[in-house]
Amino acid sequence: MAAAYAGEIPLSERKSGYALMSRDTQKMQDDRTANPGTLWVLEGETLWSQKAGSAAKSCAGCHGNSGSSMTGVAARYPAYNTTLRRPINLEQRINICRTERQHATAFAYESKEVLALSAFVGSQSLGRKIAPPADKRLTPFRNTGRDLFDLRQGQLNLSCAQCHNDNWSRRLSGAIIPQAHPTGYPLYRLEWQSLGSLQRRLRNCLIGMRAEPFEYGAPEYVALELYLMSRARGMRIETPAVRP
Amino acid sequence: MARALINVPAKATRGQVIEIKTLISHPMETGYRPDYNGKLVPRDIINKFVCTYNGTEVFRADLHPAIAANPFISFYTVATESGVLTFTWTGDDGKSFVEKASITVA
Repeated sequence: MAAAYAGEIPLSERKSGYALMSRDTQKMQDDRTANPGTLWVLEGETLWSQKAGSAAKSCAGCHGNSGSSMTGVAARYPAYNTTLRRPINLEQRINICRTERQHATAFAYESKEVLALSAFVGSQSLGRKIAPPADKRLTPFRNTGRDLFDLRQGQLNLSCAQCHNDNWSRRLSGAIIPQAHPTGYPLYRLEWQSLGSLQRRLRNCLIGMRAEPFEYGAPEYVALELYLMSRARGMRIETPAVRP
Repeated sequence: MARALINVPAKATRGQVIEIKTLISHPMETGYRPDYNGKLVPRDIINKFVCTYNGTEVFRADLHPAIAANPFISFYTVATESGVLTFTWTGDDGKSFVEKASITVA
């Protein structure tokens, strides 16, 4: 990984959204029994060992049932997929396993099942440092993501960078603008009253800028995820996080 | 799916005030929200929560449509004797979800 790009937040000044939220919300995230994300993690643990599809295989059948076999995986996704010749995120990886290994129908984006499984896999990396792969094939996609981050879009003519690089810690109406580090996805947003993926969050921001959101799973979103993860490299995974 | 998380201290001394935390997965559908076709989604909430301690009711709450999804309820009680705490959430459909936790009082 190269040093921070020009215009980026210096590495020493990076903060997770956790640091910018109220103490009550922080306590909610830290207490496993108060964190609603735990409900999805437990559901994911159940799904993990359930056989599915015409192959009658469970996730545990290949990956083991230890509950820690996926440690560190969420910290390095999105990763390059050689068959598709493009990066894929964790939810897409889960669905590829589902269609190709289990011979089952793919889960819909933002469905309870895919959120539960990605929360279960993600929570196994809790406390680990985000470590984007040094794969050179990812570079063009990461650059696309960065360009999207800097691109002014929508009727408000805003870019991601204008809020999250230049004005973080200030307020946008009542809410504090975070630095946009995807440390805790999928996370429980109190506003959603549910767990949601990073793509749902990106969609929210695009709608807020009055830009047209991409379809779930669009390469643009994955490119943005890839760039955001490299921007947050070295920060600790908080999955499942809680955010206001 | 109904899934609940209960946080009760496993051990306590007699007379000690203990905090009990409960979290249950539930959509708490208000009945005021239209779906994508403009039709109202029928109300579906948990309307009652009861906690009994060895059969004696120690806490009860009525829940209303303005309460967020996945209700988190926390309360205090006095540890009197070893035994079982029973938690019952009852929904609009009249069905209940029951969860138990045991406590040792020395």
